[in-house]
Amino acid sequence: MDFDVNNIMETIDMIKVHHLDIRTVTLALSLRDCCSQDTKTTANKIYDKITKYAINLSKYAEELESEYSIPIINKRIAVTPISLITESIDKPDFIHIAKTLDKAAREVGVDFLGGYSALVEKGCTEGDKRFMASIPEALATTERICSSVNLAGSKAGINMVGVYKTAEIIKKAAKLTKDKDGIGAAKFVCFCNSVTDNPFMAGAYCGINEPECALNVGVSGPGVVRWAIENMPKTADLGEVANMIKKTAFKITTTGELIGRELAKRLDIPFGVIDLSLAPTPAEGDSVAGIFRAMGLSDAGAHGTTAALAMLNDAVKKGGIMASSYVGGLSGAFIPVSEDAGMIEAAAKGVLTIDKLEAMTSVCSVGLDMIAIPGDTPAETIAGMIADEMAIGMINKKTTAVRVIPVAGKKAGEWVRFGGLLGEAPIMKVNTADSSVFVNRLGRIPAPIHSLNN
Amino acid sequence: MAEEKIIVTITGQDKTGIVAKVATTLWENGVNIEDIKQTIMQDYFVMIMLCSITNSKESFSTIKERLTMAAESMSMAIWIQRKEIFDRMHTI
Repeated sequence: MDFDVNNIMETIDMIKVHHLDIRTVTLALSLRDCCSQDTKTTANKIYDKITKYAINLSKYAEELESEYSIPIINKRIAVTPISLITESIDKPDFIHIAKTLDKAAREVGVDFLGGYSALVEKGCTEGDKRFMASIPEALATTERICSSVNLAGSKAGINMVGVYKTAEIIKKAAKLTKDKDGIGAAKFVCFCNSVTDNPFMAGAYCGINEPECALNVGVSGPGVVRWAIENMPKTADLGEVANMIKKTAFKITTTGELIGRELAKRLDIPFGVIDLSLAPTPAEGDSVAGIFRAMGLSDAGAHGTTAALAMLNDAVKKGGIMASSYVGGLSGAFIPVSEDAGMIEAAAKGVLTIDKLEAMTSVCSVGLDMIAIPGDTPAETIAGMIADEMAIGMINKKTTAVRVIPVAGKKAGEWVRFGGLLGEAPIMKVNTADSSVFVNRLGRIPAPIHSLNN
Repeated sequence: MAEEKIIVTITGQDKTGIVAKVATTLWENGVNIEDIKQTIMQDYFVMIMLCSITNSKESFSTIKERLTMAAESMSMAIWIQRKEIFDRMHTI
């Protein structure tokens, strides 16, 4: 049996030098059988189910990490939106449920648990309203819980009542965690066209259309793509660059699928999807902005960035699709500002603005992500920002999202430091023109026409 | 039971006794060497071994631990990985 020295050395270099990693192995778990009419009963059922299914997740993931010498950065769990599980409880104690989820996550040793979520794109039930009001406190009183709300869809329109409520949730979540630079808001995201099998946080949840459980894998490697492009001549045309991205995405995806399938086998649960997302980390070189630089743009935000990102996002999907039968989740390129050293640098220089980021979200895989904004930004302005982002997703039939952190007591130009994968960032300037009358109209923006596409 | 193949990659400054030490450790743990390739890359000595651990009584983690100790005693870097990762990544 033959083996190729160059292939082996390339793989080792990709892992050792260029940060190829399995970003997350996420156990998606349905909690639909945990409903009851009583907080304690539901909480106990949730705790028992999570600890039963996830007890070996970390242990087996660490075994695979050693056997293939590839880092698995996070182990996570995604559960059915808790708004649905708690809806039939008489006088629900949401914080008790949130703390139970946190305790179960700690018990099984996962880094994050997502699904403290609600799906309200068409409107809110009474249960949704009660549940959404609990989100800021749930985020402030737990460590590992992530929360999300789906506010819009291409076939539902935009729930503007939900948009306004969500802006208030973001403000309150940041304020309640003021001592940690508003980290509560960093664990919350709102979506248009949210994805039911996404393994990435803060938006992972187990959709109501998903099976009992599944193992979804998120694989990353912007550093590897940057390296591959840097090794090409500066004169290589963009068709060749796109092809190189596809080939690299293929290699990254096959690795993720191998680990995912093996872990699913050991856990004796079905393999779900592989989500190939170029998710940057603050580590040197592990940057999506670094890919733009390798393509020939001096900074993220330069004119041409949207085109470069469009090509990158599309080529990543094409390479990934070829590598696995079950590519899902968000698959594409993320542009979280505080988590990407190159984006942080561009934002600090003032060449990357929120307006440019908004344009980029029309072609990236998600949306406005990990952007710190002044703490005195009015809820109405944040609601306007969310509405814009939802509109981009709704019209373009893609997932978009907003994860902004209005940092209480800090102004544009000051810095926030979240630490770990969440990174650090300068607080970005927000347009101060008034959106309040528009967002206070509430109601629902109708779903768009799906023909006459011009 | 399917054959369990591993790839052992050793890199560092060239010196005497590298092959002997690694091969002895493999033999002591019942690991069969099926192929060896050696090269110099960017001034570094690189040796790659294709091995079968199917008949070893030791677990993967024990074999890895012992090989790592052997390599570290010679100030060499070592990577021990199941072979599938290379097969998957570089084959359509």
